[in-house]
Amino acid sequence: MLSIKDLAVGFRTRRGEVQAVRGISLELAKGETLGIVGESGSGKSVTSFALMRILDAGGSITAGEVTYSGIDLRRASEKDMRTIRGREISMIFQNPRAALNPIRKVGHQIEDVLRQHARATRGDAREKAIQALRDVRINNPEARYHAYPFELSGGMCQRIVIALALACDPRLLIADEPTTGLDITTQKAVMDLSQELIRERGMASILITHDLGLAAQYCDRLAVMKDGEIVETGPAEAVFANPQHDYTRRLVEATPRPDASVRSLLPADRRPPEIDYTPSDQPLLEVRDLRKTYAGKAGPVHAVKGISFTVNQGQSVGLVGESGCGKSTTSSMLVRLLDPTEGQILYQGNDLAQIPAEQFGKHPLRGDIQMVFQDATDSLNPRHSAGDCIAEPLRRLAGLRGKALRERVEELAELTGLPANLLSRFPHQLSGGQKARVGIARAIALDPKFLILDEPTAALDVSIQAVILNLLADLRARLGMSYLFVSHDLNVVRLLCDEVIVMQDGVIVEAGPAEQVMSAPQHPYTRALLSAAPRPPERVLVTPTLREVQSAL
Amino acid sequence: MTTATPTSVPTQGGLWAHLVYVLRDNPVTLLSFGLFAFFIGSAVLGPYLVPYDPLATNSAIALQPPNFSHWFGTDNLGRDVFSRVIVATRLDLSISIAAVALSFVIGSVLGAIAGYWGGWLDAVLNRVFDTIMAFPLFVLAMGIVAALGNTIENIVYATAIINIPFYARLVRAEVNIRRESGFALAARLSGNSHWRVLAFHIFPNALPPMMVQVSLNLGWAILNAAGLSFIGLGVRPPEPEWGIMVAQGADFVVSGHWWVALFPGLWLMLAVFTFNLMGDGLRDIVDPRRRT
Repeated sequence: MLSIKDLAVGFRTRRGEVQAVRGISLELAKGETLGIVGESGSGKSVTSFALMRILDAGGSITAGEVTYSGIDLRRASEKDMRTIRGREISMIFQNPRAALNPIRKVGHQIEDVLRQHARATRGDAREKAIQALRDVRINNPEARYHAYPFELSGGMCQRIVIALALACDPRLLIADEPTTGLDITTQKAVMDLSQELIRERGMASILITHDLGLAAQYCDRLAVMKDGEIVETGPAEAVFANPQHDYTRRLVEATPRPDASVRSLLPADRRPPEIDYTPSDQPLLEVRDLRKTYAGKAGPVHAVKGISFTVNQGQSVGLVGESGCGKSTTSSMLVRLLDPTEGQILYQGNDLAQIPAEQFGKHPLRGDIQMVFQDATDSLNPRHSAGDCIAEPLRRLAGLRGKALRERVEELAELTGLPANLLSRFPHQLSGGQKARVGIARAIALDPKFLILDEPTAALDVSIQAVILNLLADLRARLGMSYLFVSHDLNVVRLLCDEVIVMQDGVIVEAGPAEQVMSAPQHPYTRALLSAAPRPPERVLVTPTLREVQSAL
Repeated sequence: MTTATPTSVPTQGGLWAHLVYVLRDNPVTLLSFGLFAFFIGSAVLGPYLVPYDPLATNSAIALQPPNFSHWFGTDNLGRDVFSRVIVATRLDLSISIAAVALSFVIGSVLGAIAGYWGGWLDAVLNRVFDTIMAFPLFVLAMGIVAALGNTIENIVYATAIINIPFYARLVRAEVNIRRESGFALAARLSGNSHWRVLAFHIFPNALPPMMVQVSLNLGWAILNAAGLSFIGLGVRPPEPEWGIMVAQGADFVVSGHWWVALFPGLWLMLAVFTFNLMGDGLRDIVDPRRRT
């Protein structure tokens, strides 16, 4: 149905022509689901933009053929393309909120599409739009018809986007990272729904994602892309279970899964020896009945409703929950950027909740409690070089100047594996992994005892995530820090944490040793979280020992 | 869309290399900076270089059309229009730069405070700015000059006051979106007070759009000063100033002596044109993200 032959896409930039896609060939049969997997910069999105002919300014198809049901998409007129987009091929984008017009009712937006493609008349558009909402399993579609995007949750918005994409019964659906930024249970719901709809209608689809596990679960066939080329393609199970190409193998290994250890995420030849480490049983931080209530427009909002837990010295505690569960509020209170409404934060016996957040900046314990922020890009000042970012806490709190400061910054760069020549660069000149290292170096600059990690790897590619998780594990062992690892992903938390706390709606629903929570979850919510994680096909471990065992049998 | 991460970034050039890069990249910026250099040159050196005393009258050569000894002709009192136009640059630029600097500083401080702390302070400041903007700004400036007294300083103050809301609103918006950003929180974890976070971490990020505003505003302030002089407020004759010269020359346009009004008007236009074109270039220079 869709055939791509030797497609190459180039972008004109200030530093000359950049080849984003270098001659890839793909075939997509009717009713088939193809997954294009790759890390950022691999050209997977550009490929889909190229075949829809919606490349950014400066981008153009430089070579190759794209044929859809006999139509040459590369040479089709703009007018024909407009008909094809939406009616024949439609697309779901990464950020559902950005894909919807914020000031138009969602029902009207669906009507617009229907009428644009002459699928509805003024008279029956409303009815058809409501039917489209019903098709994506939105409860009470008559009422939701009048909703604005901001009134809906992320998952609901993505359903609307799917409804928009499917409104004209296209025969091919391209989903570009459709669930990035959604909670894991929402991700499952959205993916299950779209898979069901695609099967019902006998459509073909292309799923573009960085998540190999997700792709393997929902696709028939996978194409793995790297640097604008397809390095491996084949049936999903085969690619996942028995990757042929080195890069695919690295990706599969780096994907966090229930049976992995933090070291096993790294390529086999790049695993440093594990550092022996046991946390002490001396409590470092005790949280007692911590509460935070905001004054909302419709009465008080209880973000955190009385939570208690203990973090021992050198221990890693994982704080897991979905958006809105209060985990970010909790970490802001612990790092003393936010004052709790009630409760105690006992740090080595001192109640930090008594010190207003306002004054904590000058408190001697400021350097002891630090944080690594979620989005490395957002957490670095665009106007400060990497070196300045790391130097800031040393200058302000440790009073280091001149040579001593420079030496400490270089020491920290080395500790976090950041090449010293990158210190003079600005954040936008660094890669995601390098920015994460700068953020970590800054956080550990003052030798903190307690470090809060707020989804430190959420914005990173899996292979970089593997490296950063290992870095964090090593730093903990070398510096004896305690971590509070805030995340939505139990599989990632398990790799680094001794204890896990699961939060829902501002309360702790389950807490205990990581292995126990993962293998025998008690609370239904924990079970829901665990089962929502993409379940890739079982991997056949091709290690020599296993082969020996098999042959012996 | 995913974008490629920079793999080979050239080593940090100095500000000079960056300046050369920005100017080479965009010929319009180069042109505007060239014109700007010309105006600055006229302002600084003009009075020493012009062929005639801009105030010297000589009725024997009154209202001569442009010729080799008087490039822009002479006015009704026989003064050399070219000398007057060039000498006026200093006064016009001084008024506009002083006014813009004043409104930039006051507007930035008020806007940053409103954007960072929000709450009732934000509401009050915003209503004050709304009130200022609700007036026709030129009429407001006229009123301020008329009330404060007819001096050059008061033109500066009046121009500054009517421009404050533009800066304040821009800074407020730029600060507001960065108030909760990761780097602002990180700066607080590094032991910075709110004031330091605002002044050294958040505010500098508002500079690129501010530069565009400054440059547009400089042109606008020149027009404003000239406009006030045109209607007889502020600068007084025989002081050379573009606005007054146009006002005086306007009387002679009907009688066919077009050059008396045309050349100061042309210079006024060129100055506004230059500042408007400079905006993008200035932004590119102060934005570190352009340094790749």
